[in-house]
Amino acid sequence: MAQPAGSYPVVVVGSGPGGLQVAAELKALGVHHAVISADPAPGGMFRRWPHFQRLLSWTKPYVTDDLGDPLAERADWNSLLTELPDARGLQRGFLDGTSSFPSRAEMEANLVAFAERAAGDVRYDCAWQATRLVEDPDGTRFVLETQGGEYRARHVVMAVGVAEPWSPPTPGIELATSYADVGPAPQYKGQRVLIIGKQNSGFELASGMLPWARSLALVSPSPTSLSVVTKTLVGVRARYLQPFEDAVLGGGVTILDASLERIERTADGSLAVHLRRAGPGDPLVAEVDAVVAATGFQTPLRDLPSLGVAVTGQSRLPVQTSWWESATLPGIHFAGTITQGARGLRRHGVPSNSGAVHGARYNARLLARRLAGLVDGRVVDQPLVAHDAAVDLITRELTTSPELFHQRGYLARVLASDAAGGLRDEGTQPLTHVLDAGGSDAVAVTLEADGSGSIYPVLFTRIGDATAEHVLDADPRLRYDGDETRKAIASVLQRLSRGGTQRPKAGSAGGVS
Amino acid sequence: MYALCTDLDALSGTMSNDAELIDTLAGFALFADLDLAALERVAHMAEEEVFAAGARVIRQGLTGSGLHVILEGAAAVVIDGDERARFGPGDFFGEISVLLGIAPVADIVAVQPLRALVLAGPETEAFLLSNPRVMYRMLQAMARRLRAANRWSG
Repeated sequence: MAQPAGSYPVVVVGSGPGGLQVAAELKALGVHHAVISADPAPGGMFRRWPHFQRLLSWTKPYVTDDLGDPLAERADWNSLLTELPDARGLQRGFLDGTSSFPSRAEMEANLVAFAERAAGDVRYDCAWQATRLVEDPDGTRFVLETQGGEYRARHVVMAVGVAEPWSPPTPGIELATSYADVGPAPQYKGQRVLIIGKQNSGFELASGMLPWARSLALVSPSPTSLSVVTKTLVGVRARYLQPFEDAVLGGGVTILDASLERIERTADGSLAVHLRRAGPGDPLVAEVDAVVAATGFQTPLRDLPSLGVAVTGQSRLPVQTSWWESATLPGIHFAGTITQGARGLRRHGVPSNSGAVHGARYNARLLARRLAGLVDGRVVDQPLVAHDAAVDLITRELTTSPELFHQRGYLARVLASDAAGGLRDEGTQPLTHVLDAGGSDAVAVTLEADGSGSIYPVLFTRIGDATAEHVLDADPRLRYDGDETRKAIASVLQRLSRGGTQRPKAGSAGGVS
Repeated sequence: MYALCTDLDALSGTMSNDAELIDTLAGFALFADLDLAALERVAHMAEEEVFAAGARVIRQGLTGSGLHVILEGAAAVVIDGDERARFGPGDFFGEISVLLGIAPVADIVAVQPLRALVLAGPETEAFLLSNPRVMYRMLQAMARRLRAANRWSG
């Protein structure tokens, strides 16, 4: 039975990957909670999108047969996390062998199975409609008004996706079809289609329409970046490159850097799209049969901004702490792709993978563990580790850990100096939290990518008030357990044990940043 | 510009057409020479980010940050815990670390909620080379800072 309206320590909103992952972990930890969802069944965004083709995230079933092997998790970007043997690595069972990228339906099936086996009860068809704050002697309590009555909690996890299509306020935009409303590809048979937006969603539509449309144009002001060029997940992914090849080989696709000025209906019923080319600024009119706006997505936070949840940018992502809690309204937490609003260090301009299932699932698991502490005062065990054993632990983490690998630059394995002389294993935490937290000297172990094409370890030390970085050499096999690496790690740990001497010297006047 | 969300472009960018942002940028000395199309490209290329009061925007000792231009709010330059200077809307920071590829010698801390336009370090060179008027304005601002610093130390 799904939990009825009432008071709970934690209420989770959403039944996509983010909501299901938090729910499964709360259930595993025995934290009393309710999960509500506006949808009739699990799957979230994957019940509807992507429209065409397959996902951009792979699952490679034959890397290892052992589902308990952390490398299985590194090779599977789509399954949610659990210790339950019959609910692990589920996506592997929902692939037809023609591609390592699941179809939308295969991803949905994976999530439905996870919901049944690991996530516990979810109250479906129970849309969250409005929110109230109630102050009582113990602090703020949130009241969620839903289709199924009022749910009350001190801690609410919003896992509602970044999946509300957004269109620019351009004159005539109502003549365009939003990404959400695009129909089956054959509907575009013989048509001239202009797609506004040159990110993955635009190229996904273009790839799907390629066999059907007479011509395709993709338009946005800036040149498109490609993941194979940025060497990160930033940019259009390799799976959607075909429209580029068509564009350069005269295959009926045009890719334009231009601003959209207005859309008008012409006398013969087609659409005139008025553009201004980037650079020279020349005006250009494209006459087409259909315009599709693939111009981005927003976060459907309803009335939360009016209650104090600060949001930012066109996507209206909430401003978050390192632990994915609203920076401005404590008690409102986030899971799923919304957690990309917690930016982390974003070193070298490379973001975390929180915008994808394979990153967000680790955030959700840590969030559930943190909630267990906040709600039940649960304390996570922090075993003591001798220095030699710490080197082993770190090399193992760097070589096999799925969370450091998938949440490069965001999540870190933390070891802190202990008064007893050894190190305390503080588990996995957001890197920015470790750097800001203060306390005894600590090392935060991460993997990082800087767009050069390699994935390499960076150890951050926090000694006194000073933070410092120690970048280790990249290994193309991603093996970080060799002698050189061990020596480098040991030398960083040495600094830690001495403590307090690594503070960088302040620069001269005017040397500001 | 980050675009994935497994299959959707969750974050930012696309046709931002954010008239408000472009108006704000047009009012800053750094971008005073840019026409509308160029301002739109700036708005589109850089990422708008918000930092809560007290958050560290740039960290002493850590490389890999970016060029920041304050849109709204204020930030303090903090060296070893002491506030040395304060920045407000239109001011930029992070340039020394980006230009020289070295670790910042100061923390930059948001003293009130801070909205900033951030250009990642690796994109900064190409941006400045393709916008020489911005580079010139930046040189002027840095010359002013140098002059002020010389006065203090003299």
